[in-house]
Amino acid sequence: MKRVGVFVCHCGINIASTVDVSRVVEDLHDYPGIAYIQDYKYMCSDPGQNLLKEAIKSEKLDAVVIAACSPTLHENTFRLAVQTVGMNPYNCEIANIREQCSWVHKDRTVATEKAKRIIRAVVEKALLDESLEPIKVPVVRKAVVLGGGIAGIQAALNIANSDYEVILVEKQSSIGGRMAQLSETFPTLDCSQCILTPKMVDVAQHPKIRLLTYAELADVSGFVGNFKVKIRQKARYVDWDKCTGCGLCIEKCPQKVASEFDQGLGKRKAIFTPFAQAVPNKPVIDCDNCTYFKTGKCRVCEKLCPFEAINFVETDTYIEEEVGAIVVATGYDVYPVLNMGEYGSGKIPDVVDGLTFERLLSSSGPTGGEVRRPSDGKIPKEIVFIKCVGSRDPEHHFPYCSKICCMYTTKHAMLYKHRVPDGQPYIFYMDVRAGGKGYEEFYQRAQDEDKVLFLRGKVSKLYQDDDKVVVCGIDTLSGSNVEIRADLVVLAMAIRPSKGIEELAKLLKISIDQNGFLTEAHPKLRPVESLSAGIYLAGCAQAPKDIPDTVAQATATAAMVANLFAKEYLLHDPIITGVDEELCSGCGLCVAVCPYDARKTNREKGLVEVNEVLCEACGACAAACPSGAAQQRNFTDEQLNRMVRAILTT
Amino acid sequence: MSKNKTISAHRISSDRIDQLHEISGVNVYACYQCGNCSAACPAVEFMDPTPHQVIRKIQLGFIDELTTSETPWICAACITCTVKCPRGVDIAKVMEGLRQIVLRSDFEHGHLCDIDEKMRKKLPQIALIGNFRKTIL
Amino acid sequence: MELSYYPGCTLKANAKNFETSALAILQHLDVTVKELEDWYCCGVCFSQTQDNLMQQIAPVRTLVKAKESNRRQLLALCTMCFNTLKRAIEFIKNDKEKRDTIHQFMDREDTKFYGDEVEVIDILTLIRQIGLDKLKAAIVKKAVDLKVASYYGCMLLRPQEIAIDSPDDPVIMEEIITHAGCENVYFPFRTECCGSYQIVSEPEIVRERARKIVGSAVKNGADLMVMLCPLCYYNLDEVQRDIQEEDATFQPLPVLYFTQLLALLMGLKPDLQDFRLHAIDPRPVLKRKGLL
Repeated sequence: MKRVGVFVCHCGINIASTVDVSRVVEDLHDYPGIAYIQDYKYMCSDPGQNLLKEAIKSEKLDAVVIAACSPTLHENTFRLAVQTVGMNPYNCEIANIREQCSWVHKDRTVATEKAKRIIRAVVEKALLDESLEPIKVPVVRKAVVLGGGIAGIQAALNIANSDYEVILVEKQSSIGGRMAQLSETFPTLDCSQCILTPKMVDVAQHPKIRLLTYAELADVSGFVGNFKVKIRQKARYVDWDKCTGCGLCIEKCPQKVASEFDQGLGKRKAIFTPFAQAVPNKPVIDCDNCTYFKTGKCRVCEKLCPFEAINFVETDTYIEEEVGAIVVATGYDVYPVLNMGEYGSGKIPDVVDGLTFERLLSSSGPTGGEVRRPSDGKIPKEIVFIKCVGSRDPEHHFPYCSKICCMYTTKHAMLYKHRVPDGQPYIFYMDVRAGGKGYEEFYQRAQDEDKVLFLRGKVSKLYQDDDKVVVCGIDTLSGSNVEIRADLVVLAMAIRPSKGIEELAKLLKISIDQNGFLTEAHPKLRPVESLSAGIYLAGCAQAPKDIPDTVAQATATAAMVANLFAKEYLLHDPIITGVDEELCSGCGLCVAVCPYDARKTNREKGLVEVNEVLCEACGACAAACPSGAAQQRNFTDEQLNRMVRAILTT
Repeated sequence: MSKNKTISAHRISSDRIDQLHEISGVNVYACYQCGNCSAACPAVEFMDPTPHQVIRKIQLGFIDELTTSETPWICAACITCTVKCPRGVDIAKVMEGLRQIVLRSDFEHGHLCDIDEKMRKKLPQIALIGNFRKTIL
Repeated sequence: MELSYYPGCTLKANAKNFETSALAILQHLDVTVKELEDWYCCGVCFSQTQDNLMQQIAPVRTLVKAKESNRRQLLALCTMCFNTLKRAIEFIKNDKEKRDTIHQFMDREDTKFYGDEVEVIDILTLIRQIGLDKLKAAIVKKAVDLKVASYYGCMLLRPQEIAIDSPDDPVIMEEIITHAGCENVYFPFRTECCGSYQIVSEPEIVRERARKIVGSAVKNGADLMVMLCPLCYYNLDEVQRDIQEEDATFQPLPVLYFTQLLALLMGLKPDLQDFRLHAIDPRPVLKRKGLL
């Protein structure tokens, strides 16, 4: 029989005040299977670990059980410690007598008895534990980044600068994302495009980055270090190898369409690049609006193109790649004004969302940076900004704070005041959240220098009256209901994860939270990882955040990817559920219940086979297996039975 | 009316708040004072305190100020405040709760016989009954 | 199509034009409505308290009668009745404990009501169910450029759980008006409260409300205003007279029940309606627009 040593930790008074530790040691001293037992005040301390190591050597122990706190905290500590004296780490087990015992009980007698039973059970497990070696998996050192906004650009550049190959996939024809649409950025008021476009150019020129725009993820399989991705290259109807981006086709195209990039304020052509600094600066044909696609006549672009680059018969193509890591940086959409019945359901032309107002402020926008309202092009003299529209409203819309609106609305009011010095901006707010470097100062400046009038309260409704928009709200600080006859109203709409996130999450097998954003592995300690190994999250797809936070998170994903790629092999936990080929009948029940696609039926052999790397040891297969062929390593049926028996025996 | 503005643990957990909660079933602590109820209230100009202030005063335990104010009687239960509230606070029910607290100690608020005879004949029945339902226990 | 009908007190007394016009158009649209036998007052206001179940008895009694009629749908024309009955259904459905208490109290009734057996319906939703095309086909008179302000009031839209349309931006009345060949006037106060029963004890509130609501409809070019609540009707029609007395510059606006307008558009006999009951005489505008 294996010689098992037990080490009972007091954890100061965390355990010892409820569990009578010396009693536990005394009573378990003669338990069959325990070769050695000792207690100590803090097992995790250096002296505690030394004591453990010494005992392993002097008592010739084959396995140890540390009765202490939850294994999520110090299992690793103790497993590393036993390894230094030559013990296989899988022979070191934790009996949790703190979170599952001392912390949840008051009665010392009961808690002491329970602690003994927990320890006995884990000793039974340790007696049958096998020595295991981590499973080695090779890594494909190439990453794919989904989304070409600032998050994706930053992640791709950082990974590429670590000398790893990156494929950057963007669904629009140009990278740049939402940031390219912004005018100036808080709190420094530097031009958004001016700081973004150099990075876009870097992406285009980087030898390690393969840029795939007008493309999207179609399928994915595999696992960390070894994903296979299939990317759909949407038909552009322009051969980009031939196209030089001269722009003649765009100039001559007769079909005008509302520009998505300008939030519908300006026009673009049916063959177009979204904006002047587009990267790549090559056009695509929007087949839904192209005259030729609709009527069969036109082909003006084809006739004029000096390089014969137009190709009306182009179809979608697929690109398959193997990658080791995936960064999801798919960004956000703005919740449509359409959903706000009390604010005109999007039917009042001079009620716009914040992103539209960015285009009205932008020097590259449809008004050349002059603030002119959509209905009649007049310069608004009184302008109302409303914050928290759709956000912080669990009853009708979304419970969360969209985080960026406080600052960008303040910026909007300030920029408006700079453009229209005799105009008056008003901001309806509920709270001002200006936590960030330089943010509070920025907010104060808007009040005292730019004379933005902040009104604390909601706007209950607004309506068109002659050429004004009447805003009915409240200022709770004075207790007065207020009415403003505004020329233009800007709504700080809630931030939503971009359209298609659910399908993407399903494809990648990563989870989304109750508000539709991608879920991080741990809200504090693993904020850039998804719960699936090798898939990382950056930017607003994970939660609303501003540019500095997005860049920081994107950089962090790149560090995670570089971290992953730095090793030749990945080590996968060997606690997996295998197949006992003697017992397996190939019924496939376990295949159906496996959530990780780790099990496959081999019809020729009449057996189920396991991809050990995909197995996450959830145990579903072991529970489903009728013959006992699926046994989880170190959690075998026999071990579990013995553990249960040990717990139930008085 | 109590002019004592001291806030204490005793005041903000008084039986009167519990009583109001029992009658109305509304958790007033969800209110974050956005003021949308007051902004939307069609009768707010006749009210002092206004709806969001009513909720705040309950949170602070100033119930006496509310049971002696006209606000609950101005309210016509149009429920605009309730549908507007982003936190699901049923303000209309709170107003009814305040009226009930008064009525349960005083039976009647206003006098039915004061209604002009000519008016009484003209008024739709739902106006009269609705008004009685509000002002008489 | 056959359904039960609950008139409520006011339609039998002060809102006769509403009942006669509504029943006439439904008949014209091949809908049979059977008035409940031996119905009671619904209580007018749904009880807003948690601890007083007495006030729930009146609407529940009516719903018991509706269940006994063996017809699934119960038409409530008066919107206050609609609101009270529909909320009573929600209450009975969702609070089992209080439902049991009510059942114990109502020991004289043979039938117990659980909430799912009867659906209370308003006339707008009913018209939608009958079909807007069928309605369109029934319209025989072409109104000449008639601009209609549809006033919803409170009881069809609030609270959310019984709302027949979006409380903030409803469309159902406008949709029917369009199909009836008239032009809609959107005015920002169409869902705002008229002051309701405050007409009894605080009439100045109602005057203020009426001034805003009517003023806003007039400003947006309405020829007349339509609605479905006898109390709103009183507050927005009768009260205009009081406003006129105070303020000579006030521009009055004729007010009709929604069903009165539809009856005229369907070419039903105009003498079915008693236009003398209107405080603001609608006949001049109706004549001008070719409906009389």
